[in-house]
Amino acid sequence: MSAIPSSPLKAEVKKLNFYYNLVQALNDVNLPIAEKRITALIGPSGCGKTTYLRCFNRMHDLYPGNRYEGEIILYPDQLNIISPKVDPIEVRMRISMVFQKPNPFPKTVFENVAYGLRVRGEARRNLLEEKVEKALKQAALWEEVKDRIHDLAFNLSGGQQQRLCIARALATNPEILLFDEPTSALDPTATSKIEELIMQLKKEVTIIIVTHNMQQAARVSDYTAFMYLGEIIEFDKTDKVFTHPSIRLTEEYITGRFG
Amino acid sequence: MEFKEKFIEKILLLIAFSSISILALIAFFIFGEGLPLIWKIGPKAFLFGERWVPSQGSFGILPMIVGSFWVTFGALLLGIPLGLACAIFLCEWTPPWAGMILRSAIQVLAGIPSVIYGFWGLVVLVPLVRNYLGGPGLSILSGSLILSIMILPTIISISEDSLKALPPSYKAGALALGATHWETIWRVLVPAARSGIVASIILGMGRALGETMAMIMILGNAVKMPSSFLDSARTLTTNIGIEMGYATGDHRQALFATGVILFLIIMFLNALAIVLSRRRVG
Ligand SMILES: Nc1ncnc2c1ncn2[C@@H]1O[C@H](COP(=O)(O)OP(=O)(O)OP(=O)(O)O)[C@@H](O)[C@H]1O
Ligand SMILES: [Mg+2]
Repeated sequence: MSAIPSSPLKAEVKKLNFYYNLVQALNDVNLPIAEKRITALIGPSGCGKTTYLRCFNRMHDLYPGNRYEGEIILYPDQLNIISPKVDPIEVRMRISMVFQKPNPFPKTVFENVAYGLRVRGEARRNLLEEKVEKALKQAALWEEVKDRIHDLAFNLSGGQQQRLCIARALATNPEILLFDEPTSALDPTATSKIEELIMQLKKEVTIIIVTHNMQQAARVSDYTAFMYLGEIIEFDKTDKVFTHPSIRLTEEYITGRFG
Repeated sequence: MEFKEKFIEKILLLIAFSSISILALIAFFIFGEGLPLIWKIGPKAFLFGERWVPSQGSFGILPMIVGSFWVTFGALLLGIPLGLACAIFLCEWTPPWAGMILRSAIQVLAGIPSVIYGFWGLVVLVPLVRNYLGGPGLSILSGSLILSIMILPTIISISEDSLKALPPSYKAGALALGATHWETIWRVLVPAARSGIVASIILGMGRALGETMAMIMILGNAVKMPSSFLDSARTLTTNIGIEMGYATGDHRQALFATGVILFLIIMFLNALAIVLSRRRVG
């Protein structure tokens, strides 16, 4: 559990504990997040992957009684994003999230992507149009939807909806993009499109992805953290984790002997 | 087995049709009683006539139509923002225990008979309006105030239900993009629940248009074109309610004809509610 990435860090988790009321879900976890790289979180169901990911944009703040301890330092300004003094809205402005199931708003394609910009006070039509187009292109969706940009987003296929959600998150230029099993609700074709897209995106944004799918982690990520029972058991370069794991438990998990 | 299925199907069909046929029966009866009079004096004279003097045979219901619309409009002006605010507050901000209390208070509000509302309005609101704003006190303003309270339960409960029925992923998605709670509510949740909210407003409107007892007690019942919110007025329903007891002949028919107009307005509103709540716009 050492392996400091060679590239510069975008964030660093230090001695993070997380509690759902009295239940501790994360136990003293540490993790470096390399800038413009993809870090994958893997581990059996219930080990705390989603919990971990949601700490990064303070989604746990929605429910009273949830409690963080420790630090998640965001670089370059060294902001501890889980400090109670830091406004969760500010954190979510910088760190965006794509959910497991595509969740477009019941609005048009355009308004979905423009939403984050509007929330940030952008009302100039030409600028909105420009940014929406850019985000849709980044999300590899533009060609498919450019003629129905003002149609309801629900008319898109599941995979297109998920890419729309990615575009929606990208439109505001987040520094980190969080993915929680972004393809688990999609068919194989749509899945491979999203995987390709995620690999493209790391040129521009730091990515953390939670996945159940070991092949997916191996294919897309640069670093992999293996979690078990609220702890990080092993963290290393992805090919190292998948070819020469240094811990027995990791090996047993990736070879499918449990999980 | 086959036979039993068919039998049940037929029975259900019969029941469904019997409720429609009751509606048809009511319509048929009211129209049958009312239409001849409208025909006799002419639809234009009936709808746009400003004089209602049954003893002289003048049956113009324009003041009542205008009265109904003023009172309803006033009630909505107050009831919509208040009801919507309550609904949003209930499902987004209220802790569960306070929600329980509020919801049962709203239930009670819905269960109070309209005479009691009228009584309270007469004793409390009417003097207040008379003393502080002038006029007879028995006025459109007093009526609107009372009605806005009476339609609150409808607006609140249906709006709240439609907000509650939204998938939680909308809220999570909006918040994850850096929206504040209020931006999430106003730009995502309320638009998403729009159809239910519109339906609640139209049902509230129907309730306001149909209210009779409380309005008889509060509006002052003057048969003249109202020119301000402080004037007395008469609505379509109160016109029927007040005079039906002693009306005969043409007079009686004219009251049924008033009912025809009311019926048409309500049908139109219901149709509107159905159309609007089906349409979805981004
Ligand atoms: N809202 C909550 N309140 C209390 N405990 C919770 C809550 N959400 C999750 N947990 C618990 O925290 C632990 C970690 O859950 P988490 O959802 O992070 O797991 P996960 O690794 O994402 O699992 P999966 O792969 O099934 O999505 C589990 O034991 C779970 O039961
Ligand atoms: Mg999960």
